[in-house]
Amino acid sequence: MTAPRRKRREPKPPPPPQPPQPQPQPPEQADGEAEPKNPERLYTVAGSEDGARAELDLVTLIVARSAPQPAASPEQGSVLRLCTNPLSVAELSAYLNLPFSAMTVLITEMITAELVQARSPIARQSVPDRSILEAVMHGLQRL
Amino acid sequence: MDFNASDAIPGPRTEDHLPHTAQAAVKIVIVGGFGVGKTTMVGAVSEIRPLTTEETMTQAGIGVDDNYGSDSKTATTVAMDFGRISISDKLVLYLFGTPGQERFWFLWNGLFEGALGAVVLVDTRRLEVSFDVMGRLEECGVPFVVAVNTFPDAPRYPVEELRTALDLIPEIPIVECDVRRRASSRDVLMTLMRFLHSIALSRALT
Repeated sequence: MTAPRRKRREPKPPPPPQPPQPQPQPPEQADGEAEPKNPERLYTVAGSEDGARAELDLVTLIVARSAPQPAASPEQGSVLRLCTNPLSVAELSAYLNLPFSAMTVLITEMITAELVQARSPIARQSVPDRSILEAVMHGLQRL
Repeated sequence: MDFNASDAIPGPRTEDHLPHTAQAAVKIVIVGGFGVGKTTMVGAVSEIRPLTTEETMTQAGIGVDDNYGSDSKTATTVAMDFGRISISDKLVLYLFGTPGQERFWFLWNGLFEGALGAVVLVDTRRLEVSFDVMGRLEECGVPFVVAVNTFPDAPRYPVEELRTALDLIPEIPIVECDVRRRASSRDVLMTLMRFLHSIALSRALT
């Protein structure tokens, strides 16, 4: 009996880097005062210390920063109750029965409101961190 | 009366709580056709009862044939089962079982981009349903191993015949498994981790 045949594919080259966008010059204000050079960021840093905005991943761990507030919405109250211990966005989505994308919107709002904190996941890197791989192997061996 | 529905939300059992020391999580994706045993594999090794995260998908993402006879805009729910393994006080591993069709992948932000690697679960009775997913993983540069779920009535091929049929480079491990057994599913994950480790080592040496 012969098996059907597949043909292997090559990695796609990464998309070419975007050319730097010319920075629009801030218009001079009517009274001649220039716009401040470093406007405040429009978004709140989500738990990461390097100042980068954290994209919420399925396995970003969420932890409550405070007890449920009376003013919180029912969904926010549920998240705060569930996140007294760390819990992934995927688990929150499952327990609250909310689509993942709706969950990320809710969590992003709660991070901005400083109700919860995000612990970023460890993603695969171009140079993989062997110590992480070894830790996972060690953990699996004990299973 | 305004009923506070949040009180009814079930959470994890007390014994399923992650410790406060849990700092970070990693994930592995188990990918394969419908009925190949993804959820069984997740359940065999997960320390929690497998959970389901859902995403809605509009008609445009589905393809007209799936909605034949329907002229209203409909949203379809796509589900993905997952489980969890505590690796240490600080590190947690999540396992996601996802259908092989790429149209589902973009629904969960960074599902493959952030994964350590993938397990392609195949059924030798329907080998060809896994061809496309392997090609896409190759294109995306996601390292994977192939696990053959040994169904009793499925044809058995020697590993090298499978390697030729799947056109896999010699380095990619191909293992047989019985996903219903915890030890067998755990061994598949170990095979993936050893493969990832060997990639990391060879990159460190070059």
